[in-house]
Formats: sequence, C-alpha cells, structure tokens
Amino acid sequence: MRRYLLRKLLVYGLTFFVAVTVNWMIPRFMPGDPVSSMIARASVAQPEAVEAMRAHYNSLFGFDRPVFEQYVNFWIALLRGDLGISIWLFPTPVWDVIVRAVPYTIALLLPAILLSWIAGNWFGAFAARRRWLDNTMLPVGYILTATPYMWLAILMAWGLGVVAGIFPVAGGYSFELQPSWSWEFIGDLALHWFLPFASLFIVAFGGWAIGMRNMIIYELEADYANYLAALGAPARLIRRYAFRNAMLPQITGLALQLGTLVAGALVTEVVFSYPGLGHLILKAIQNQDFFLLQGTFLFIVIGVLIANFLIDIVYTVVDPRTRMGLGGAA
Amino acid sequence: MTTPDTEPSGAAGTAAAPGAVAPAPAAAAVPRGALAETLYFAVRNGKLLGGLAVFTLLLVAALAGPLLLSGDPNAYVGLAAQAPSAEHWFGTTHFGQDVFAQFVHGLRSTFYVGAVGGGIAAVIGMVVGFTAGYRGGLVDEILNALTNVVLVLPALAVLLVINAYLGVRSLTVQALFIGLTSWPWAARAIRAQTLSLRARDFTDLARLSGVSTWKIIVREIAPNMSSYLFMTFILLFGGAILIGASLDFIGLGPTQGISLGLMLNNAAQWNALHLGMWWWFVPPGAGITAIVGSLYVMNVGLDEVFNPKLRET
Repeated sequence: MRRYLLRKLLVYGLTFFVAVTVNWMIPRFMPGDPVSSMIARASVAQPEAVEAMRAHYNSLFGFDRPVFEQYVNFWIALLRGDLGISIWLFPTPVWDVIVRAVPYTIALLLPAILLSWIAGNWFGAFAARRRWLDNTMLPVGYILTATPYMWLAILMAWGLGVVAGIFPVAGGYSFELQPSWSWEFIGDLALHWFLPFASLFIVAFGGWAIGMRNMIIYELEADYANYLAALGAPARLIRRYAFRNAMLPQITGLALQLGTLVAGALVTEVVFSYPGLGHLILKAIQNQDFFLLQGTFLFIVIGVLIANFLIDIVYTVVDPRTRMGLGGAA
Repeated sequence: MTTPDTEPSGAAGTAAAPGAVAPAPAAAAVPRGALAETLYFAVRNGKLLGGLAVFTLLLVAALAGPLLLSGDPNAYVGLAAQAPSAEHWFGTTHFGQDVFAQFVHGLRSTFYVGAVGGGIAAVIGMVVGFTAGYRGGLVDEILNALTNVVLVLPALAVLLVINAYLGVRSLTVQALFIGLTSWPWAARAIRAQTLSLRARDFTDLARLSGVSTWKIIVREIAPNMSSYLFMTFILLFGGAILIGASLDFIGLGPTQGISLGLMLNNAAQWNALHLGMWWWFVPPGAGITAIVGSLYVMNVGLDEVFNPKLRET
C-alpha cells in the first residue's frame, strides 16, 4: 500500500513540476515580447499602475539573467506564495484574489461531484436490466453527457431564472446584502448557489448513471453472478455483489473525470457570473491579466492533484488488492 | 473494419481491464466473411443507424450549408433581435446577424475541430499506446509516466493559458492543442489492448519469422483491434468538440469566423438571456449536443455490432 501511494505521489509531484514549468515557459516561448504586449494590451489608465506593472514584469521575468536563473527565481517566488499582482484588481496580489474565489468554486464542485456520483451510481445500478427504465434512461443519459455544461446552465438560467423568476441568475449573493453570518445572507447564498450546482449535477449525473449501468450488466454476466443465481440466491443479493464490484471502475472513473468536471464548473460559473475561479478566469482573459490567469491555473492543478490523491487513498481502502500489493485496476 | 479472423475460441484473451471491451469474433451462422457479418449486424442496429442518421444530417448541413449561404456569417443582414421567421429561420442576433447562417458555418468549424483535434489525439494515443504496450520495459515505464502526467493535468486549464497568450487564434491551432492534451486515456486503453494481443500465438509467430516491430504492430496487432481504435477515435472526436466549445465560450475561440461555442459566448455576453432571445442560444447548444450525442450513441451501437456478447437477443 505504501509503495502504491508513493508511486502515485511521485506521478503527482512530477505533474506539479511539469505544470509549473509549462506555466513558466508559455510566456517566454510564445511569439512576441510578453512585457510590452501585456502592458499595451492591459490598457491601464493610471500612469503609476503602468510603471508598477513594467517594473514588476521586468523583475519577475528578469530577461537580462540567464534562462536557468530565471527559472529558479520563478520557483522561489512561487514557493513564497508570490504569484504577482493582479492587473484587473490592481494592486491586489493575485494570491489574495484567488483565495477569496476558491471557497465558491469548492462549494459548487464538491457537492456536485459527490452527489452526482452517488446518485448516478445508485440510479444506474437500479435501472440496469429493468427494461422500461433502462430504455428511457439510456438515451436521456447519453444526451446529458453530450450536453455542454454551459448550454444546460444557460437553459436553466433562462427557464428557471429569467422566465419563471424563481432563482437569481447572476452573482454569488445579492448586491444589496453585506456578507455576514445572518440567516438572511446564508439563504441568499443558497439561492444563488442552487442553479449552478443543479446544472453541474445534472450533466455529471447522466455520465455516472450510464457508466454504472454498463458495469452492472457486465458484472451480472460474470461467472460468480451466474453461480450465485444457480445456487438460488435472491436477485437482490446478486445485484448487491455486482454493485460492489462495479464501484471500483467508477472510483477510477471519478479520478479520470475530475478535469472535465472542473472545466464544467469553470464554464458554469461564467454563465452565472458566480464569483469562483471560472469567473476569475473570464475576468483575467477580458482584462489581459496574465498573472491572475496563470495563478488560477496553478490553483486548479493543485486542487486536481490533491483530489486525485484523496481518491487513491479511498481506493486503497475500498479495494484490498492495492493494500496487499497485488495491484488492482488502478 | 475487419473483425479478427484467427482467434482462439472463447474470451480467453479478452478478459482485459473491465470497461475495455475487446471485439470478439462472432460464431453465429449469419453471412460468411468478417466484413459481410459486420454489415449484417450493422444495418440491424437501431442505435448505430439512428446516431449515424443524425450525424450525417448535421455533417451535410455543415458541408452544404456554407455553400448555399455563402458570404460572411457575421455580416449584418437584417433587423436586430428578430425572432425566427421565414426570412431568417433561426432569427437574428442583437446586431442583425443571421443566426441560421452562423449556425451552419459554426457546425462546420465544430466538425473541423472534432476531426482534427480527435484525429491528432488518436494518432498520438496510438503511437504511445502501441509502443508502450509492445515494447514494455523501460520504454513502457517512461511513456506510462508521461501518460499519467498529461492525464491528471486538467486539459482545459492548460488550453486556457496557452490560448490566452496566442494573440491571433485559428481553428487549426485550437484543434492542434486540443489534440496534444486529450490523448492520454486513449493511449492507456490501447496499451492495455496491445498487452493482451502481444501474448498471442500469431504475434509470436510473426516475431519468430523476423518481422520488424512496426510491421508486427501495423499488420498483426492494429487490425485485430481496428474496431476498438475506431471507437476510440469517435470518443476523442466528441471530447474535442466539447473542449473546443468550452474554450470558445470562455472567450478564447478563433479570432476570425464563427463556431457554435463562439455563438454561445456572444449570446451570453450580449444578454440574450435577459432579452429573451432564446433563438440565439438554443440552436448552437442543441447543435453541439446533437453531434456529440449522436457520436456517443453510434459508439454504443458499434460496440454491439462488434461484440457479440452485447448484441440484443
């Protein structure tokens, strides 16, 4: 088990290293001079802001130094938590901007991922081999997985927000309220949270349900299921065994789908102007705020890596083969 | 699309990783010959035919539409914000652009990104998967590490940073980068398949006869999983379309022309939601969903055609 987790950690460490290197390389190897083009594109009116930007870019990029030294300095700044200064919210450090947005994204993503996974697996297992339910679930599920996240978000915002007027369609909370721990504010937060959450949940749900349904059918054809049936075991018991076996690939699937789910959350936040990382990315792109964009990128990568590692730990708990060093299907 | 013709009976070698459904030969007494048999089941598979019909319809619209509606899809041709009518089938945008013209041109861009992006990803996935699976040893270790690294990197986040720095963006560059970031799961799946085929007798025989490695891969291994490779390409095609649409929607789409994602971006940016201009944002999303959905359903149908175990009785 330790060997398994250490191997995984090595891969994640390597990935983080690659991500940081990519982050460092892109501005340097893209055509054109990044500093002047960034300042030109930023079109900041305040002269002191332009000067501060130029000084900051130059000290950060350090183009006069050897490439290797630039790279080392980049790492040192990163490890100090210095991601640069946001241009969009000048002069707030990028770190502060991102830390303020992260809770919103987590509040959206975590429940959406976990609940859709649990509900999708449960429903998929329930629908498998039940003719009527299966025949309706399958096409609906495939249409849902094929739906772009932002489109469902737009449709829901339009239908339930604009037309029906039940839910607000923009922002994390009403602007007339001040953030506080009052019930009124928390209720308002929940109201703004619901639509982005629901649209993420529904798209992800379709995928999990189909995956589970296919796995259950595969498992019900396995020898152990036939043997149990021959022994006269009740169908419910066989299904329960099939479900437990089908869980393993679904856990692996959860790790594989993380990137897609995060991408879905980003575009959903854009639709609802929800003040999470997706909204930051949109603002960063609109304002040519490359430090903010790159900082957000690193945060997303770190988040995905941590989530991957947590799933690995869960996997070792659920699948005894990984603990025994027999190497399951990880 | 040939099914394996020499394979030991039973599923001895196909017990690969769960989820990786290997095409197995059919023992039914239907038409003779692998191709004829595949066709026999293909024309009787509702899912495959339905998916193919929707896909073909949209493809024809994407290919023929821009020829019939030539001219700039972004040109201002009518009154602003008109609901669908006989003159403008899908209505007009906030600026008086024809939504239907944008839709057919956008379909073409979407197919292009899917084909090029999915194609590049499929080629990389095949090269990495075959090499890692067939060679094994150190090469496998290195390629596996590379695959795992790219696999856990969230593709959209990487693409966002790259595209943001590209001043002028074209569909081809977008598709290229999508291809470069979305191949890992395909490489993994192909590697697993190659591992099981490598141990078969016919591969051993070819190796003993001194056939070169690439010839073995191209002539012995690839044909025996051709259906699997085709299905992988279909899924990569759909995935590339979805990633491309997300990029466009965030505002990193092609700087010239139009795509379905860009239409959604425009609609959201100019408040089509609050103005109630549903004809602006419903068609592009429906187009993407229809293309990707038909691909997924076709994939299930193909799976049933190639894998006798899954055929409905």
